[in-house]
Amino acid sequence: MFKYFWQTRTFASVVEPLIMLLAFGFGFGKLVSEVAGIPYLQFVGTGIVATSVLFSAVFSGMFDALYKRRYQRVYDAMLAAPVDVDEIVTGEVLFLGVRAGLYGIVPLAVACCFGLKPEPAMALVPAIGILTGIGFAALGMLFAALVTTFDGLSYVISAVITPLYLVAGTFFPLTRLPQWLRVAAQFNPLYHCVELVRHCAFGLQPGVDALHIGALALFALIAWRLAIWRTSKRLID
Amino acid sequence: MHASQTPLSCAAPGQTPAISLSGVVKRFGSLVAVDGLELDVPTGTCFGLLGPNGAGKSTTMRLLTGQAIADAGAIRVLGFELPRESKLARARMGVCPQESNLDIDLSVRQVLEVFARLYRVPTDRRAAAVAAALDLAGLGARAADRAAKLSGGMQRRLLIARALIHDPELVLLDEPTVGLDPQVRQELWSLVLALRERGATVLMSTHYIEEAERLADRVAIMSAGRVVAQGAPAQLIRKHAGREVLDVTGSPAELELLRVQALAAGLPTRASGPALTYLHADDADGALPLAGRRRAANLEDVFVALTGEYVE
Repeated sequence: MFKYFWQTRTFASVVEPLIMLLAFGFGFGKLVSEVAGIPYLQFVGTGIVATSVLFSAVFSGMFDALYKRRYQRVYDAMLAAPVDVDEIVTGEVLFLGVRAGLYGIVPLAVACCFGLKPEPAMALVPAIGILTGIGFAALGMLFAALVTTFDGLSYVISAVITPLYLVAGTFFPLTRLPQWLRVAAQFNPLYHCVELVRHCAFGLQPGVDALHIGALALFALIAWRLAIWRTSKRLID
Repeated sequence: MHASQTPLSCAAPGQTPAISLSGVVKRFGSLVAVDGLELDVPTGTCFGLLGPNGAGKSTTMRLLTGQAIADAGAIRVLGFELPRESKLARARMGVCPQESNLDIDLSVRQVLEVFARLYRVPTDRRAAAVAAALDLAGLGARAADRAAKLSGGMQRRLLIARALIHDPELVLLDEPTVGLDPQVRQELWSLVLALRERGATVLMSTHYIEEAERLADRVAIMSAGRVVAQGAPAQLIRKHAGREVLDVTGSPAELELLRVQALAAGLPTRASGPALTYLHADDADGALPLAGRRRAANLEDVFVALTGEYVE
């Protein structure tokens, strides 16, 4: 199943996360030299790892899945073969998750070129990216199963995705935000991803990090089951 | 002229039917698409499911693949109970849908390769299966082209090839020639007949009477979610329309008068566009109008008489 998706997709460009990194880094970098004790470019660079994972995973999950389901009925075709909905969703989510996780390496590499000191713990970043990517790909597919048109997905983007990536510690540390927002951020999977990537770059904190990983794993599990449930309702009459 | 047409190839008496539907009901909200369906498809036959649009044919197909779950009734496919064991049934079944659901970004060859994998065709046999399927569909020359670039007829052929990649013992064809021009239709008919020669069981839904008459060993006429008649075409014709019928033309007013008179006299008729057709004309001599054209009864007479629908 995984191989099927691998065969049918091509890797989209990696340019977008790069542009974001450079723009933010250099732009804000001039205004703000250091944030939370870290040069801004490096702060943002580690944050953008998470956002590029988020965008790749969730957008693919939403748009590709909706397109395939409704307009091409490709999933329908597969269901005539001895393949079940949970296999389709799992295969799709794994593929998108891995791909998104691998995209996350690019901003990190770029940040290293611009002064971020490479650390051995950074080898964990792809794995963190993949775990996060799986969760968000499943979330994307869940939304794809809940809406019926591409317009519906626009609402999802404004109402859900945008707040998620703004309140995660990506562009500015959460310490500046009111208490209730900081608490809300704990429920944002992206926040956990950002924290983990930052710790990989600047120093791991085993106890806290284990909790972050746990949160991401829980998110992935719940999103995955929900995605299967709702997609099944759409595909099987 | 009452013997059944071609002998049923491998169907021995008492053999389990390839498909068995019993008391099946499927509702979509307030619409009852399938209403107490009773249907048995004998193994090794080409079985035609004939009915107008909206009769419930496509829903029946989806119930057989487990893509729709019945609200009531029992369904068995190739001995497996649906929907519980549908995956096991699907492994030995090929499905060609009414509308194209190809992954159009893939090449023709890739479409077949992907499905060879999905159908668990053993790795060492995959290449041969793909080559055979390309051959069967006559798409060998276009193997590297993207599916999006194929014409409608070729896409339909690819859909059928995709359904046959794993050499299934049961093939479901949902309106296989709808929207295709006559040339392509003839080619597909040859393909279906070739399938039957190979010993596969074919369930073909259609609203084209000629198609059912030509290809099917047995036909079930479906209307409003139920089967209204079932049997070999020749037997159905004999039973419901007789050997000969009489076509009488006239103005709508004249025909209406004749129809009412026939009704009163107990003579079965059916509407035929600009004519009124008297059924069982061979049994009703003397009571019929003298003017009119006699011809052999056909499946269309049966169809219209039983469903009240006039289709091509």
